[in-house]
Amino acid sequence: MNILEADGEKLLAAVRELLTAKGLVSNVEIRDRIAVTDAANPGQGARMVAKAWADPVYRTLMLADGTKAAEELGIPMRGAPPLGVLENTAEVHNLVVCTLCSCYPRAVLGYPPFWYKSAAYRARAVRDPRGLLAEWGTMLPDGVKIRVVDSTADYRWMVLPRRPAGTEAWREDQLAAIVREGDMIGVTIPSLPAR
Amino acid sequence: MPAFAPGAHVRVRDDWPETRGRVHIRTPHYVRGMRGTVVRCFGAFPNPEDLAFARPATRRPLYHVAFDQPAVWQEGKAGDELLVEIYEHWLEPA
Amino acid sequence: MDKNVPRGPHDLGGASKFMCEPVDTEPHALTDFDKEVDALRGVLGAKGVMTVDELRRGIEAIPEADYNRLSYYRRWIRSIADNLLAKGVISEAELRAALDRV
Repeated sequence: MNILEADGEKLLAAVRELLTAKGLVSNVEIRDRIAVTDAANPGQGARMVAKAWADPVYRTLMLADGTKAAEELGIPMRGAPPLGVLENTAEVHNLVVCTLCSCYPRAVLGYPPFWYKSAAYRARAVRDPRGLLAEWGTMLPDGVKIRVVDSTADYRWMVLPRRPAGTEAWREDQLAAIVREGDMIGVTIPSLPAR
Repeated sequence: MPAFAPGAHVRVRDDWPETRGRVHIRTPHYVRGMRGTVVRCFGAFPNPEDLAFARPATRRPLYHVAFDQPAVWQEGKAGDELLVEIYEHWLEPA
Repeated sequence: MDKNVPRGPHDLGGASKFMCEPVDTEPHALTDFDKEVDALRGVLGAKGVMTVDELRRGIEAIPEADYNRLSYYRRWIRSIADNLLAKGVISEAELRAALDRV
């Protein structure tokens, strides 16, 4: 049997055992790495979005240099790929995908969601984006065009969604609370919670 | 010095290195041979085609290139677009 | 209609095979296996043993039927093992013996 066809859980255990014995990778390093990765989460992106909604200067920075904007909010970006941010407007709705694998702005948003990594998402996003958005019940008005952004190289992309009407008097923390992971990828649009 | 300025009309080379050996290509199949418009240049990055084989990697200018989405698939809604990061060596003037 | 071109198993944009497949939009928490594989790749990368480009290349080399069958992180661990063997970091004999032990 081709050794690479061994069960994945067994491969992991065997590889880890060998690497530990060779002094290349320790259990502590794995554990610490998991902790660092776990710390990133969509709430970080939501804070960026909320600040961009509230502060035009920050919005300009976020669109010009996503990495710097993230760092300004204390989000660790050292060693992370450059972050690009695309804003949704009345005319354009952005949708992010990585058709070739699963490139995702992990440093800001955390692990990519299960569906983002799926063959169905990766195949359909560039060819039937409106049908794909319908899986989330997202319907765009007729005049809005879709821009599908395929993350094929060194940048990682997130969407700056449009601020919902009726939030003009809200504080940043209230704004951040309505921004979901899907809003920053483009499969959903932020809305006010139903009363 | 990047070869293409924002607004330049380009074509993605209709090349299939996959047929000539083991490769790692970050230019998706669906844009090869397609015409697009340069939106911006991100600067130069080490070529992943070489990094994937632990070879010394030359830095190549990387562009955001916009494609008319219905033209790529012969279906879709007019006005929709695809935005793809493409390395300079995959682009030629259109 | 698929474009009739030599597309790798990973090059999925617009692939006809998946155009009618529904998307499971539910959140699925990562398992311990998932997180450990993810972290292993990260630590190997941080130490200069294996890059993310090499990881991707190894995943793209998985035969199509296996690529489609394997879960996301099972593709990763297969590629990690492939790369470590190819680089001589571990030997096939060592790996076989370790697989027998676990």
